[in-house]
Amino acid sequence: MSAARREALLWLASRVSAMILALCVVVHLATMIVAVRGGLTAAEILGRTRGSMVWALFYGTFVIAVAVHAPLGLRTVLGESARWPERVLDMGLLLFGILVLFTGLRAVVAVTMA
Amino acid sequence: MTARTNVLGVDWRTRGHAGWWAFALHRVSGVALTLFLPAHFWALGQALTGEAALSGFLAWTDQPLVRASEIALVFLLAAHLAGGVRLLFVEFRGWRAGWQPSLIAAVVGIATVCALSFALNLA
Amino acid sequence: MPTDSLAARVWRTDIAGAGAFVSYVVPRSPSQTVLEVVTYIQRRLDPTLAYRFACRVGMCGSCAMTVNGKARWTCRTHVQAVARDGVLEIAPLANLPVVRDLVTDMREFFDKWARAKGHLTPTTTRHDPLARVAPDSDKRRAVDAGIECIGCGVCYASCDVVRWNPRYLGPAALNRAWTLVNDVRDGGNRERLGAVAGDAGCHACHTQQTCTERCPKHLTPTAAIAGLKRLTALAALRGELP
Repeated sequence: MSAARREALLWLASRVSAMILALCVVVHLATMIVAVRGGLTAAEILGRTRGSMVWALFYGTFVIAVAVHAPLGLRTVLGESARWPERVLDMGLLLFGILVLFTGLRAVVAVTMA
Repeated sequence: MTARTNVLGVDWRTRGHAGWWAFALHRVSGVALTLFLPAHFWALGQALTGEAALSGFLAWTDQPLVRASEIALVFLLAAHLAGGVRLLFVEFRGWRAGWQPSLIAAVVGIATVCALSFALNLA
Repeated sequence: MPTDSLAARVWRTDIAGAGAFVSYVVPRSPSQTVLEVVTYIQRRLDPTLAYRFACRVGMCGSCAMTVNGKARWTCRTHVQAVARDGVLEIAPLANLPVVRDLVTDMREFFDKWARAKGHLTPTTTRHDPLARVAPDSDKRRAVDAGIECIGCGVCYASCDVVRWNPRYLGPAALNRAWTLVNDVRDGGNRERLGAVAGDAGCHACHTQQTCTERCPKHLTPTAAIAGLKRLTALAALRGELP
């Protein structure tokens, strides 16, 4: 794939994930602001999320979108400031994306299923 | 002929406009949120070993510095959201310059409202 | 210093290319422009001062300089509007190599227009009838929005992305490409979209909008670059990007 095509597609991935994240973050912010009222307890959080397919799907989507979006953003920032070899940068960010995806999905399982 | 492309170094005077500050806020918030993500997921993953583990972690968060960081993160998240939505409209709907400063002010306003609501509910 | 004079700090370079600001006292006059200040210095105070200008009326795009930190067209910039406490700091445009004093080497700037395929690729010959383009069509309006560029380099000198990524084509070249993308007579879009995509092209833009903020012709390169981002992404999806 040409560099031009790759960059254009990565840009699109960043923006499409941003659109999904925009919806997720609105829900996330609202939930947080409501949830912290009167203190945050594990029982309250897990009582809301455990066994809920809706929350599992929501957070699953959220995690996948952020695992695409955050490494792409970091790629842009580091590409401009760090001057690492492109291959090193891309491999590092791929690993970071996998880390975010893995820890994120693990967290979703933890709060909705375990 | 000199090879120097920039005789004066970084000149901040050309950056002092709303669009540039919006960019700076978007970048700083984006990097901060990205670095926070693995820690956030790790903390929630504590629930895998049972409710008690998550409770233990939540007890740790009940200190002034952690609480202040949480409020700051809510501000950054809301700012990245609102600023990002603005960028999507500029890029996909071709919004022009005219009212960008007002939109950028709105971005900061939305972020402040979210952070304050969070902080007040937290108290 | 009397109030009817101006302290002009002007960037001067020596034979080795090293530079420093040199102060000159220039008398004020009504509706005085920054270019008139530079011209006064060169004609009355120091004939060795090198600078570039041609039309003096905002058409040719050759007199842009950095005035009190911001890139401006000096022939249409009034001293009154930009002087701070009677001081005017005049330097060459940023992001370009300095030839001498206030003169920059614009080669890279214009080479990038060529790299962005900023020329018409005709689809007809002179034997064909003239193309009819409806003035109120969306495409013609998009061309109108960007066509008045005078190539002064103010946007290019103001752009952080150019500073950070010297291969970046810059706002002016991308704006030109966008006018051609919307030109119904043009047949070079496949190649052009390939040329303007990627990290040296439109996708490097961070929408800081300094180009749009500074453009003396009040164009919106940011909107042109956004248009290229959308079209190139669409072309990439369809596998049409070379």
